[in-house]
Amino acid sequence: MNVVVMRLALQSLLGSRRAWILVGLSGLLFAVAALSRWGSGGAVDVSTGVITNFGFGLLVPIMCLLIGTGVIAPEIEDGSIVYLLAKPVPRRTIVLSKLAVAMAVAVAFCVASIMIASEIAGDVDGQLALSMGLATALASVAYVAVFFMIAVLTRNSIIVGLLYALLWEGVLAGYVPGVRAVSIRQWALAPAEQMVEGNSAIAITSEVGLATGIIMLAIVTIGSVVVSIQRLKVLSVRVSD
Amino acid sequence: MSTIELVGVSRWFGNVVAVNDVTMTIGPGVTGLLGPNGAGKSTLLGMMSGFLPPSSGTVTIDGVAVWRNPSMYSEIGLVPEAEAMFDSMTGEEFVLANARLHGLPDPQSATLAALEQVEMLDARDRRIGTFSKGMKQRIKMATALVHEPKVLLLDEPFNGMDPRQRMHLLALLQRLGSDGHTVLFSSHILEEVEDIAGTIEVVVAGRQAASGDFRSIRRLMTERPHQYSLSSSDNRALAAAIISDGSADAVSLTPQGLDVQASDFGRFVHALPRIARDAQISLFDVTPADESLESVFAYLVAR
Repeated sequence: MNVVVMRLALQSLLGSRRAWILVGLSGLLFAVAALSRWGSGGAVDVSTGVITNFGFGLLVPIMCLLIGTGVIAPEIEDGSIVYLLAKPVPRRTIVLSKLAVAMAVAVAFCVASIMIASEIAGDVDGQLALSMGLATALASVAYVAVFFMIAVLTRNSIIVGLLYALLWEGVLAGYVPGVRAVSIRQWALAPAEQMVEGNSAIAITSEVGLATGIIMLAIVTIGSVVVSIQRLKVLSVRVSD
Repeated sequence: MSTIELVGVSRWFGNVVAVNDVTMTIGPGVTGLLGPNGAGKSTLLGMMSGFLPPSSGTVTIDGVAVWRNPSMYSEIGLVPEAEAMFDSMTGEEFVLANARLHGLPDPQSATLAALEQVEMLDARDRRIGTFSKGMKQRIKMATALVHEPKVLLLDEPFNGMDPRQRMHLLALLQRLGSDGHTVLFSSHILEEVEDIAGTIEVVVAGRQAASGDFRSIRRLMTERPHQYSLSSSDNRALAAAIISDGSADAVSLTPQGLDVQASDFGRFVHALPRIARDAQISLFDVTPADESLESVFAYLVAR
C-alpha cells in the first residue's frame, strides 16, 4: 500500500461529479424508503422487498460501479494515470492502494445507505438493517473488485459494468435459475439469510448456501484483484493526445 | 550519464506498422526526435518510457530493459503531451505527490527545487485547473525533474507555448543537456529543434530517415524550396513586388491570396515585411504551407 496513491485516489473520488451522483442515489433510496413506509405503514415484509430488490439489488451495484471505476477509469481516460505509473512503485501496490480506498468508501457509503434506508422503510429490532448491512458490505467489496477490473480491461467500463449489473444480476438472475446462483448478489445474501433465519417477518433468501456464498465472493474478489494487477503491468498508456 | 539504446525496434498495432526497424543510440546531451505527425515519434517515446512493449527488437536504458520494469522510473523523467493532471490540486501539491511517489528522502525541498527550476514558485499555490497551457507544461516539467532523473523524455513539449515560455524551456533543456543529462524531445517543427538539439533523429513513416548533427540535416532541409501562403490588402501588387525583389522564385495568385515559393527561405522571410511596407500593402496572413512539412520529410527520405 502506498499512502500517496491512496490519498490521490480518495481526493479524486470525493472531488468528482461521481460523488454527487452517489449522494443523489442515496437520497433516492431514502425517498423510496420513506414512500414505502408511508404506503405500508412500515410493514417489514414490504420494507424487506424494497431494501433487497431496489436498494441492494439495484442501487448498491450502481454505487459500487461508480466508486470502483471512479478510482481509476477517469485517469486512464484522460491519460493522467502516467503520473502514477511512471514511478518506481510496483503496479501491485498501485492496484491494492486504489482498491483499498474504493472498497472502504463503497462499504462505508453503501452500508450506511442501506441501514438508514432499512430503518426509514420499517424494521424489526434492527434485524433488517443488520442483515442487509452485512450483505451490502460483502457485496460492495466484490462489486468494487469486479468493476475495478472492468475499468482496467476496457475503456467502456461504465457501459460494461452497467450491462453486468442490470442485465446479468438484475434481469437474467431473475429468470434463469442457473444464472441466479452465479451472481454476487445471491452470494452476498447467503449470510444475511442465515442471520434472519427464524424471523418469519423478514424473508431474505439466497440461491446458495453460506459456505458457497462466502467462498465464491472470495474467489471473485481475489481473482479480480489478480487480473487487475496483471493488466496494469502491461497497460499501454497514451503518452500523447 | 545514461544512454538509451534501441536495436532493431519495430512496433505494430494490428496490421499498422508504427515503427519499423529503428536502431538508434541516444546519449547525454539534448537530442531532438523530429518527424511529421503520425511518423511514430510518440510510439518511440512510449517504448522508451516503458509504456509500450516493442513488437520486436529491444529498448534499453543503460542496458536495462524498460518494459515491465517500474524501478527504471527512478532514472526516467517523463513529460507526456497529454495535458490532464490532477486539476483540483495546487501545483505544489501535485509536484509534492510526485516527489513522494518517487520515495525521495526530502520530498518538500525537492519539490521547491523543481518548482524553482521551472519558475513556478510564485504560482505554486494555485490550482492546476486554473493554469494556462504554458504553466501546465512547466508543472509537468517539474514533476519530471523532481527526482533528478538521468534521462528526460519529453513529448512535443513546445506545443502551445508562447515565445517566452519556449525560450525558457529551451534554456532549461540546454542546461540539463550540458549537465550530462540525456534529454530527448519530440517535435514536428524543424525550427524548434534548431536552437537546441545537438543531435537529431528524423523519423518518417515509422522509419529512421536521418540521424546526426543538426547542421548537416538542416542543410538538407533548407536547400529545398519553401512554400508560403499569404493574404494581403493588395495581392496583385504584392505579387509584383515580391517578384521584382527577387527573393522568391515563383508567385501565383489564388482565390485566398498568394502562394509563394522561395528557395532561400531565410532571405524571403526577412525580405517580405520590408517589401510589403515599401509597397504600402498590409499583410493579413503569412502561413508556411504546413502540409508541405510532409514533403520536407519526404524530400529528406528521397535523398
